Amino acid sequence: MSTEVLTPEAKPAEPLFSKKNRALITDPLNDNNPITVQVLGICSALAITVKMSNALVMSISVLAVVVVGNVIISSLRNVIPSRIRIIAQLVIAAGLVTLVDIMLKAYVYDVAKQVGVYVGLIITNCILMGRYEAFAMGNKPWPSALDGLGNSLGYAWILLVVAFFREIFGSGAVMGMRVIPESWYSVNGGFYFNNNMMILPPMALVIVGIIIWIQRARNTKLIEAA
Amino acid sequence: MNLVNIFVKAVFIENMIFAYFLGMCSYLAVSKTVKTAVGLGAAVIFVLGVTVPVNYLLENYVLKAGALSWMGAGFADVDLSFLSFIMFIAVVAAIVQLVEMIVEKFAPALYGALGIFLPLIAVNCSILGGALFMQERQYSNIAEATSFALGSGVGWFLAIAAIAAIREKLRYSDIPAPLRGLGITFILTGLMGMAFMAFMGIKI
Repeated sequence: MSTEVLTPEAKPAEPLFSKKNRALITDPLNDNNPITVQVLGICSALAITVKMSNALVMSISVLAVVVVGNVIISSLRNVIPSRIRIIAQLVIAAGLVTLVDIMLKAYVYDVAKQVGVYVGLIITNCILMGRYEAFAMGNKPWPSALDGLGNSLGYAWILLVVAFFREIFGSGAVMGMRVIPESWYSVNGGFYFNNNMMILPPMALVIVGIIIWIQRARNTKLIEAA
Repeated sequence: MNLVNIFVKAVFIENMIFAYFLGMCSYLAVSKTVKTAVGLGAAVIFVLGVTVPVNYLLENYVLKAGALSWMGAGFADVDLSFLSFIMFIAVVAAIVQLVEMIVEKFAPALYGALGIFLPLIAVNCSILGGALFMQERQYSNIAEATSFALGSGVGWFLAIAAIAAIREKLRYSDIPAPLRGLGITFILTGLMGMAFMAFMGIKI
């Protein structure tokens, strides 16, 4: 706390959305995406993307936990002893996730049932620990909030893209609304079958692999050295 | 027989990686060479085998609705299950620290092999996932829960050892540049997952 009192006032206050702060939000959307570049938070990204509505609920939950957690940890960063910081971070994360879990059960019970254990697993979602440890422990609350926001948005768009493809090919719907008409299906005399492979776990991995492929083909500085 | 069945099911059919994607972060990050992958896999089997039974006891004697009735009739309708996330993660973090200290003291050679991986394991989703699945599936006794934990650990071990072996060989193949590294690992894991789906329906 004392360090903040000593900061000279001559330094002009940084505007809330300075260039540096804007980069905190935009970088994780592409160049530094938590899923495809930092490889964080894969478990939940793959497991709950069978339907877009589940992916949306999961994204919002992660967004809430990362942003609020980042702010809390960044305000406590001078108080938390560095030796027990992992446990302190885990406890804060677990507390927030418990709140989210109770809220989900109260307001969207059906989705909460389907998302199941993966809400609990937000605690060990690497995005959380990664951002808490790498950013919030060394930065002020406001940039930390933006960093949390940027990273969870980067996480959310990958989740939604994967879920979009899995839902449209796997069950012929988007956000639970039917896009492929019933009359096309072979049971009704049509020619169309749902691709059941899309609902199964392996295709989620393949779709993420293809997203990474496309992203790196467009953004060549992300290509890994051979 | 039931124990064997739970074990086989956890290894092959409900594999932590291929069916539930748990512990993917370390699976992708530490699978570059077989040696380190085997070290981490062994550590995961060990930690799962210790934490799940402990969490089972915690769940059934403290947290579950009515679990506290052994303390007296007044506690019979206490339901602490909303605390389960915090308790499970605290137990996992504490046990990992404890295991690290014990291994360092009594088995320095093993510590040398596992040392750097042990602290990482506290935030490996498969460990907390093991505890949460144990809670969800309500195993009837502690032996079943342990069998499930060991099976999940072995399944995770198999997956990471296999992908590491493939990635070692991949170095000699000509992969399109944007797909190199992460991308091809994802697609390979998907293909391995499809192969593992052939085990579906096995019963002993």
